[in-house]
Amino acid sequence: MNSVSGTHSVRFQAEPINLKNAQVQKLVKIVLGLMAVTLVIPVALIILTLLQKGSPAISWQFLTTFPSNGMTAGGIFPALLGTVWLVAISLLASVPLGVAAAIYLSEYAPQDHWLTRVINLATINLAGVPSIVHALFGLGAFVAFFRLGTSILAASLTLAVMTLPVVIVASWESLQSVPQAFREACWNMGATRWQTIWHVVLPNALTGILTGIILQVSRAAGETAPIMFTGAAFFLPFLPSGIMDQTMALALHLFTISTQVPGVPEEIPFGVALVLFGIVLVVNAFSIWLRMYLRSKKKW
Amino acid sequence: MNRTASKNNKISIRNLTIRYGNFTALSEVSLDIPANEVFGIIGPANSGKTSFLNALNRMDMMRTTMQVEGSVLFNGVDVRSWSNVYALRSKIGVVFPLPVGLPLSIYDNVALSPRLRGIANKSQIDEIVERSLRRAALWDEVKDRLTSLGSLLSGGQQQRLTIARALSQDPEVLMLDEFSIAVDPVTTMRIEDVLKELKQQMTVILVTNLVQQANRLADRTAFFLDGRCVEVGETRALFAGKVTDQRTHDYIEGRFG
Repeated sequence: MNSVSGTHSVRFQAEPINLKNAQVQKLVKIVLGLMAVTLVIPVALIILTLLQKGSPAISWQFLTTFPSNGMTAGGIFPALLGTVWLVAISLLASVPLGVAAAIYLSEYAPQDHWLTRVINLATINLAGVPSIVHALFGLGAFVAFFRLGTSILAASLTLAVMTLPVVIVASWESLQSVPQAFREACWNMGATRWQTIWHVVLPNALTGILTGIILQVSRAAGETAPIMFTGAAFFLPFLPSGIMDQTMALALHLFTISTQVPGVPEEIPFGVALVLFGIVLVVNAFSIWLRMYLRSKKKW
Repeated sequence: MNRTASKNNKISIRNLTIRYGNFTALSEVSLDIPANEVFGIIGPANSGKTSFLNALNRMDMMRTTMQVEGSVLFNGVDVRSWSNVYALRSKIGVVFPLPVGLPLSIYDNVALSPRLRGIANKSQIDEIVERSLRRAALWDEVKDRLTSLGSLLSGGQQQRLTIARALSQDPEVLMLDEFSIAVDPVTTMRIEDVLKELKQQMTVILVTNLVQQANRLADRTAFFLDGRCVEVGETRALFAGKVTDQRTHDYIEGRFG
């Protein structure tokens, strides 16, 4: 520009390209914002529908009594209890195994070794296996081969295999997020790898590990396929007396009364769905709260 | 240098070569570090200084690609023949370029090493913590908040905390790797005063990016360049210009580096 050579101050002049860039920026922001808002719509619709159609069914009695009249009336108590059983036992199996595997992969496994790569690949692929395949695996392995029969144990173990990769990945990621400098400092002062893990790495990775585990609760509670062949029953007139018994479960109960049983009043399946959704929501909210609480105590 | 001489040395290094895969970080370094000496190592980046320190306390074990050849004698014994590498490391305190306050309380930061060594007696640990913090010139600043987080201290305080942690090991050797890189000048001078005191009780290996820091503190200084030890000598002589290699002179004078 000619005026630059002058001694008096030059006012900045926006050139056409600047204006165009600014317009594109505005447009992109609006489009991306709309997409983000769109995301909320299905969630909001689901919640509204469930609340509107399901809430008439919800009562203390609904939660604490058995289904009656061929599951066209009554409550969901055995299914609710069954889901708690299944989730608890599956976590009991998948958490120690998954966290231990994650610690090994993150802290001990040589990063460029073929075995490490095989384990990582297996973990990723296991996470991608459809749940119906897990169901068939559970049927073959736990029900038939290990002779556990169709039982809470077999169904829980199937769920555990399904949730295992996510527990491993979540734990691995939170272990990796602990700065390497902390490990170096400990090793240099003569700490063994295990002492370093126990005193410094694990306490600081606990937040992420816990969150990962809690999110698995909602996943395990909502799955139908893996438990359908391995331990969950359509209807049982009594509660399971131990882990070798079959049980009812919320997800399967919902599937059954929506598709297999004629003449169920509309509010019952919606009520079951609302309860299931409520459990998932409460668990997730707890997980988010825990994450925020522990993050506020973050130490570096 | 003969065998008998090396017996009186705290650390004695012969033909130390360090490789990472095909890259040679350090080649054929031989030098002796007597007890109660401040031994300075100067040299530009990538001259092998940190790799050198890592070889002394066998941190090469923790790095899959790092290969060490030659011998490092600690109290006359090859560090690779130490059956318990953790015992070796606990005799060597390390201070890093960037201060590492572990995400523990100030107290626990300093108490960690004694606890790892199996000391459980509370009053004994109390005493070690106080003594280490005093020796690191940090006690007066933190004595009223020992339970607050070490990682929330200022950079200079964290670096002194790191030194206190190293001292809690009761080390025979203290290795400092460019400790003043993230520390303000005033704190640097305080730590330098601390090091002058510590020299009475231990051997100090001071890797530094500040040539004048070596001049102020080190009894003898080695100049590393491109993985080779170009020159070792009395610091005073080196800085007085009595060098055998022109590159040493140029580096000390600040002509490169």
